[in-house]
Amino acid sequence: MNQTNPQAWSPDPASREILDELRGELGACMQCGTCTASCPNGFAMDVTPRQMWRMVQFGMLDRILESRTFWMCSSCYMCTLRCPRGLKLTRAMGALKRLARQRGTWKVRRNSAFYDAFMDNVEKYGRVQETSLMPGYFLKKRDPLLPLHYLPLGVRMMRAGKLHVPDGSRKGRLKALFAKVREMEEES
Amino acid sequence: MKYAYYPGCSLQESAHEFDVSVRAVMDRLGVELVEIPDWTCCGASAAEPVSELMNYALPARNLALAEKELAGLDVLAPCSACYLNLLKVNREVVGNKALHGRVNEALDACGLAYDGKVRVRHILDILVNDIGLEAVGGKVGADLNGMRVAPYYGCQILRPYEVFDDPRKPVTMDSVLTAMGAQPHPWDMGARCCGASLMVTHPEVAMHSVEAILTAAEGADAIATVCPLCQMNLEAYQHDAAAGGHHVPVLYLTQLMALAFGLEEPAVLLDTNMSLNGSTRAGIRSRAWRHEPSGEPEETRTEGT
Repeated sequence: MNQTNPQAWSPDPASREILDELRGELGACMQCGTCTASCPNGFAMDVTPRQMWRMVQFGMLDRILESRTFWMCSSCYMCTLRCPRGLKLTRAMGALKRLARQRGTWKVRRNSAFYDAFMDNVEKYGRVQETSLMPGYFLKKRDPLLPLHYLPLGVRMMRAGKLHVPDGSRKGRLKALFAKVREMEEES
Repeated sequence: MKYAYYPGCSLQESAHEFDVSVRAVMDRLGVELVEIPDWTCCGASAAEPVSELMNYALPARNLALAEKELAGLDVLAPCSACYLNLLKVNREVVGNKALHGRVNEALDACGLAYDGKVRVRHILDILVNDIGLEAVGGKVGADLNGMRVAPYYGCQILRPYEVFDDPRKPVTMDSVLTAMGAQPHPWDMGARCCGASLMVTHPEVAMHSVEAILTAAEGADAIATVCPLCQMNLEAYQHDAAAGGHHVPVLYLTQLMALAFGLEEPAVLLDTNMSLNGSTRAGIRSRAWRHEPSGEPEETRTEGT
């Protein structure tokens, strides 16, 4: 009973749109739990996938966004393959990540840091340049110890000739596409 | 036989040996690969969490280029994430009028449009269904001599779209390995997730998958992969994987194929594999295995069929 009441908070239009679409897509979920049983990362989730779909059906936005469940999805598509209702569950996990990003809290920024750094790298270089992607990720993650964790692997990769100087020959190639998509997403 | 080739970013970077060995194998098989001119990133698994439209527009740009510049050719995408992202455009965008319109509106910013005419293919699909196992086996000049290889398919070439193999119990890589004179290691981890980019975002979680896979590979002389991220996760974190994570070399299927075709080690960049040590290198060189077919799995297999 010590729980604070969930804030009466009306979501921004973009969040509303994602949530409404998800509710439509997951309406047929019959709570069988096959997704939960199939998930290789379920042990690290605070809310099971089955429970998550119910929360989506009920529109429990605050409870959804408190959860770390969707950040644990590695897109293996096992739940999608096995869902007896044929629901696109992996895609739904992706949509939940986008939903969380609408409220850019500190927690969200950290969980999303790699995706953001990856897309920044794509936008800049056209093709991902691994040696500039990882420093970009470290900066976004804001964990000063993180580069140290990667140091031994970096050294082994360098020895194996796996690290390359960034290739700048396609710089800006996707600039117009990124700008256009941003413009279209703001309009809708 | 001729294909439009989409190597993808990883194959230009840390997975260079995959690119080199795919080209070497295809060359030996008399297959011509024409790289899609000016291709760009497919978005991997990072675009979907950031932007739904970008998740389709990035791969669609490459299909539009193939359609325009290399009309009539199927696209070969060796990387699992590239393969799925390209295929997803054909499955989810083409046929959905509103979404197709939006994707083409975005592509118009780079002077392109995609009609939906390009077929997306995986290398296993091409090896088994276009070239055929007999022709592939016919090129073997230095067979793998009973090497026990664990076929690791990963996720995204099997799921969510069932295209060329059984997503529950895949067999295509097993048959290619057998044609190379190798002996598929019997295990049930071939379609299990390696953790993918979770190894970067939440390594403590992904490590469980890597440990489970490496443990199940016990008894195998090597694991064969067809995905740069699977390859990286299984070979780069063997040091960190806790008990059970014993040493096992991880190689691209195409590296093993090229070796079985009689190509020399430098031709498949064996030096760049981080999981090969001196003794495994020597084993590969001398084809040291010649395992007697172990009774149990053989019998189980006969009973099962």
